[in-house]
Amino acid sequence: MATISGNLLYIAFFLYLGATIAFTVSITGKKWRNKQGEVSGNRWGTFGFLFSILGSLFSIGYFVTRWMHSGHAPVSNMFEYMTFLGIAIGFAFVIIYAIYRLDYLGLFTMPIVMLVIAYASMFPGEVAPLIPALQSHWLTIHVITVALGQGILSIGMAAGLIYLIRTLDFTKANKQTRALEFVMYCLLSLVGFIVIGSAFDAMDYEAKFTFINENGLEAEMNYTLPPLVGPNEGQLLTEGVIAPFFNAPALIVANDLNTVIWSMLTGLALYWVLRLVLRKRIGGAIQPILKGVSPQAVDEVSYRAIAIGFPVFALGGLVFAMIWAQIAWTRFWGWDPKEVWALITFLFYAAYLHLRLSKGWQGEKSAWLCVIGFGIIIFNLVFVNLVIAGLHSYAL
Amino acid sequence: MSKFTCECGHKNPRGTFVCESCGKPVEGNEQKEQLLDMKYEGVARRSQTYTTTFIDKIWMFFSSVKVGIWIIVVTLVASAIGTIYPQEMYIPPTVNPANHYADEYGLMGQLYYQLGFHNLYSSWWYMLLIAALGVSIFIASVDRFFPLYRALKTQRVTRHENFLKRQRVYGTSAVDDIDRSFDLAKEKLKEKKYNISEENGNIVAEKGRFARWGPYINHIGLIIFLIGCMLRYFPGMYVDEHMWIREGETTVVPSTGGKYHVGNEEFLIELYDEDDEVFKEAMQRAGGPVVKTYQTDAVLYEREDTGAVGSEGELIEVDRKKIRVNDPMKFDSFALYQVDYKLHELNTMSFTLENKETSETFGRVDIDLFNPRSVYDLGNGYRIEIREYFPDYFMNSSNIPTTRSQIPDNPVFIFEMYTPETPEGEVSFVGIRTNLEPVGENNYKMTFVDVETKHVTALIVRKDHTLPFLIIGGIIFMIGLVQGSYWAHRRIWLQRIDGKVWVAGHTNKNYLALRKDIEFAIADTGISTPIDQVEEEEITKDKNN
Repeated sequence: MATISGNLLYIAFFLYLGATIAFTVSITGKKWRNKQGEVSGNRWGTFGFLFSILGSLFSIGYFVTRWMHSGHAPVSNMFEYMTFLGIAIGFAFVIIYAIYRLDYLGLFTMPIVMLVIAYASMFPGEVAPLIPALQSHWLTIHVITVALGQGILSIGMAAGLIYLIRTLDFTKANKQTRALEFVMYCLLSLVGFIVIGSAFDAMDYEAKFTFINENGLEAEMNYTLPPLVGPNEGQLLTEGVIAPFFNAPALIVANDLNTVIWSMLTGLALYWVLRLVLRKRIGGAIQPILKGVSPQAVDEVSYRAIAIGFPVFALGGLVFAMIWAQIAWTRFWGWDPKEVWALITFLFYAAYLHLRLSKGWQGEKSAWLCVIGFGIIIFNLVFVNLVIAGLHSYAL
Repeated sequence: MSKFTCECGHKNPRGTFVCESCGKPVEGNEQKEQLLDMKYEGVARRSQTYTTTFIDKIWMFFSSVKVGIWIIVVTLVASAIGTIYPQEMYIPPTVNPANHYADEYGLMGQLYYQLGFHNLYSSWWYMLLIAALGVSIFIASVDRFFPLYRALKTQRVTRHENFLKRQRVYGTSAVDDIDRSFDLAKEKLKEKKYNISEENGNIVAEKGRFARWGPYINHIGLIIFLIGCMLRYFPGMYVDEHMWIREGETTVVPSTGGKYHVGNEEFLIELYDEDDEVFKEAMQRAGGPVVKTYQTDAVLYEREDTGAVGSEGELIEVDRKKIRVNDPMKFDSFALYQVDYKLHELNTMSFTLENKETSETFGRVDIDLFNPRSVYDLGNGYRIEIREYFPDYFMNSSNIPTTRSQIPDNPVFIFEMYTPETPEGEVSFVGIRTNLEPVGENNYKMTFVDVETKHVTALIVRKDHTLPFLIIGGIIFMIGLVQGSYWAHRRIWLQRIDGKVWVAGHTNKNYLALRKDIEFAIADTGISTPIDQVEEEEITKDKNN
């Protein structure tokens, strides 16, 4: 069953790839539209839509089979949650595409779905047993609703990004273009993390250290990437690997820091290769593809996605979360970092809605907010889980 | 409230931007070319009209959405700061926070502690922020809801030309047979579930007006929720107590006034099987056993009410339950939650008195580590006295033996051993794997024989009378949020002016859908599709670039 489940996810991943390609063709393939008549340009968009629906169906297959195998909804650790978030973004896309039929949205959303699922696969994927606190139906209800909410909010980010790339003037170097390039760089760093992580994983790379931990005790640490930064007073145990350039202080988890540095460097390399090849800012290179987009329409889509996603997130991330917290942890609210960051996400989107509805923040400002909001979601997911460990630190 | 009369005859309150009835923009308030600002239907709001007295100023301040957003943003940033380092409730209970933050996180940690951020969420200023948020939500809603409600209620079908012209979706066209076109459109609009009103041959089609109340309803929910949170600080509303119960013991439930007692018949812990086929790999990675279940076989007793003062009634069993995480025991308005446990806590230690030379032993003392007797008589003149007992022994900074707590994690005794041979007594210092003779060599020693341990369960006693408020507030909030987010208020005006058909549309969100509805309604009527003036502007701007 575990194998079937894994294979279904693979198939879903390639279907999302197929959707990405179809949407790309639907947009860039306009030139030969005349030869084949008016419709053929649009038909690729429909293919993309079909691929994304199939991808969602196979994802459900993965989800159900894994559930049957483990006996609990597969949303209990970092791999499972990240994967489900990717799937949820895919679902949300299907819903929003059904309303607006915007091929451009597919062009941006499908790669994000693939990226998130690929990122998930970097975490250990074994089926893990549930600790007593997680043994509740609320695990299923709470986590699935949160992921769906975040998935729909992510579509708002994708539409916001389309708006920005469509409307910014990339011939100028200013705050906006720099910020957008930074967003592109962040996405490329995530790609970098996946590429470099998978490459060294395929080589079975490992470097072992003994080091002195934050409590002053001797401990061992494993690196899965070549150590650029060693642990506090680290002694390399593995032979034939490069020695670190310097050692991190004891308070910092050195192998995680090392991974972050590798991702950022790879991202930087990817970014500059692309810049040199394209001879333009990345946003500027994408811009011509988006010529046919109506900024006003895509602004509307992004707002719609937020307006649909916000209640779902509030329900899953706060209401259901509080109900479960009352049952499992005896109190509905305990200022655990993850709880606080869910509240922050809620407050942020509440501010977004008020700014938009009452202060007239539409278009560019609102698009930036969508991108920042997604940043907060990812921060809560990754950083708060891995770094600010609290009750929710089910990671790994 | 002073009023003025619009040309349509309707009396509007002072401060109105757009006539509540016919929609005529009030002159001098806006530029004529621009689209009409349809926010809150252009009603007169107290905060915009009365601005002189102190109360006016307070009202103005809190009714401003801008101020509300600032309060949200400041709360957001403050909340984020609180997650940089753990809050005081999440650091180990035994450490001194004053040193802990500096030791663990250096200078930044010390600063964090000194600024009071280690207790950020219960600080007066954070509470004040939340209170300000509540006040802002309340005043801003009242300021807008009532005039908006009145305006939507008094709106009439026939609208002023300037109102129609300055809607985002607007168009005029000449039609052969206006009556036929309007009848056709009416049918189509009814099909789309619009409510149609007619006046002098003009039509307004409206749907989803209730979506406009969504924000106000969700704000009511939020206010009820916040009031519920506040109620916690009133006596009797909230109980949060921790209790430890050893296996086989019965303890009074705190905060029940001695009425309820709970017994721990057995504490059980179950681990996942390390050879489990499904979970084997994950458990190998985790590198240790994973707890599957832990539970307390709890018995609840209620003290019988004897009616007489001073006499205590019997404990009567009223309920029993296996309390687990996610499955608390409930009684009265209390709930008992399984939260923690301690396995193999020392309970009884047994020693014997031994003659060091002959290895002859004399009797046996079983010491209850929670309630040791001061003297144990072994008969025949043999006697043990406990001079000092440290349940959790350690040497403090001034080198004096002392105890950390009353929990026997590291019990140490100072015994005095009396025998016929040594009637003045010998002193011995005995702990786990320690047996010292601090005041000279002894003839006898206390030899460790046996130890008895017990599992201890940790339960939390909770009573929370604020929950009904939170639940009701939460439900109302969600209803309002969904109502405001998933429905849109749409209006389509069809009017005949100077022999032409004027079409205008307004919605509070999703103009695309509104335009689709209009197109659907006017198909086959000969009325031409109105334009979206915002989109039009965008296209011209694009062309000019």
